[in-house]
Amino acid sequence: MLHHLIDASYFLAAVLFILGLKQMSSPVTARRGIVWAGLGMLIATFATFAAPELHGLTNYLLMISAIAIGGGFAWISGKKVAMTGMPQMIALYNGMGGGAAAAIAAVELLSAQGKAQAGGLGMGAVLGGDIAALAIAGAFIGCVSFTGSLVAWAKLDGRLHKGALFSGQVWLNALVALAAIACGVLVFAGADASLIYGFFALALGLGFLVAMPIGGADMPVVISLFNALTGLAVGFEGYALGNAAMIIAGIVVGSAGTLLTQLMAKAMNRSIFTVLLGGFGTGGGAASGEAVTGTMREVQAQDAAILMAYAERVLIVPGYGMAVAQAQHKVWELAELLIKRGVKVKFAIHPVAGRMPGHMNVLLAEAGVPYDLIADMDEVNPEFATTTVALVIGANDVVNPVAKTDKSSPLYGMPILDAVSAEHVIVIKRGKGTGFSGVENHLFYCENTQMLYGDATKAAAELITTIKTL
Amino acid sequence: MIEGLAALYIFMLAAFTGYEVIARVPVILHTPLMSGSNFVHGIVLVGAMVALGHAQTPGEQALGFVAVLLAAGNAAGGYVVTERMLAMFKKSKSE
Repeated sequence: MLHHLIDASYFLAAVLFILGLKQMSSPVTARRGIVWAGLGMLIATFATFAAPELHGLTNYLLMISAIAIGGGFAWISGKKVAMTGMPQMIALYNGMGGGAAAAIAAVELLSAQGKAQAGGLGMGAVLGGDIAALAIAGAFIGCVSFTGSLVAWAKLDGRLHKGALFSGQVWLNALVALAAIACGVLVFAGADASLIYGFFALALGLGFLVAMPIGGADMPVVISLFNALTGLAVGFEGYALGNAAMIIAGIVVGSAGTLLTQLMAKAMNRSIFTVLLGGFGTGGGAASGEAVTGTMREVQAQDAAILMAYAERVLIVPGYGMAVAQAQHKVWELAELLIKRGVKVKFAIHPVAGRMPGHMNVLLAEAGVPYDLIADMDEVNPEFATTTVALVIGANDVVNPVAKTDKSSPLYGMPILDAVSAEHVIVIKRGKGTGFSGVENHLFYCENTQMLYGDATKAAAELITTIKTL
Repeated sequence: MIEGLAALYIFMLAAFTGYEVIARVPVILHTPLMSGSNFVHGIVLVGAMVALGHAQTPGEQALGFVAVLLAAGNAAGGYVVTERMLAMFKKSKSE
């Protein structure tokens, strides 16, 4: 009876996860979606406390304290982190999930190994061939996701600096991967415990090696990939434990995450393969591309403000510079001021502006910008031609016209926001440097472009002050 | 217990479900959705609880403890971060 009740709760949880994710795919219902999924998680967790496989008071006490410590730490850190820090927190929590999947596999494999050795059998004979194989595969994927995500978190959080790709690292990675797989096969065959440790060490090392050389611009793709991998690992361990909720939730995330990774990579004109092999964002293409001609023209905030105040239509293109300067509130204040004067204002968002797809949307939403004023690239690109002022705030590569014109540029082929076709372009930027890609931005040298140097928050504040006096 | 072929069907249907759920998502929801799916694989918590629950040696208990600790972090952190992001989405007052 109890058994059926637990199965029913897992079933309900799986339904709630899928419905929750579905609702999260529309801005209108998104908030309800996470609450539903959260409800599913609570139901599944409470049901598990009653599972017949669980025994021993010590184990229950350990369980409750682990949930209190792990959950409490994550709850508080998640509440405290600033909106700009969201991407690294996702990486951190994702790594924890991958690590959990790997640790489950370690418990199962080590306990089975004891029995296998006592009976002189293989791992497959003790656990069942399919279960042993998926437990090992899940352990491998979970380990890679664990260390890889932690590296991603440390890098985005500024705790770890970009490690250069040393020559031959691709071969080292391949070697470690092969060694880990070979160890995994031996573990399956049921050799001694030290092989299990070796297998885990190699898989953990591989995640570290894979994530280490990947540069800032590619980070979102990698985090999304690790997210999908953790899902897969959870699904596999779910099979090993005979837990349907874990299988369904894990595989749904695995496939959704894979698709999301592809969408993100495509938006950056990169394949997942090249991201993993490193190169871009690590200096590979820094110097290539045509030389620029012309000069950058500087503009004072007052002049820029007047231009915008009397414009008919202004499109704001935010980028990572706005996020770093936490300028989203000031920028929205500026936009509101312009809207009150009758200027048509919209925000144009590149799919990979910032550190993650949708990162800008989250920041703008935080500042209170209604989402119907925020336009996707495909929707907004035709509008640039009839736009008086395109205001580029801390964005760089995503508005670089060489992506369309210069075949030798590493950016070539990446879809961009067509800011260059606006009547005037005003670029708020801290300095004269290049973007993530290291490619010179030809937009900054165009005749209709004016540069407003300075921190995004300060620049927006100056614009606001001037417009108020007009 | 879910055996062989039945599991294969579950794998297949779940994979299609995940694909369909994401296929037509507007770009603005990519990060929240990634965060949301990050929360959903926090279900690993129930597996971690089972692993710790039937642990017998101190070594298994230690590993199980780590598993539950990490999984609880995944679930709780994933929820908070996603909820905070989605709480910000609202329409302009005029509509």
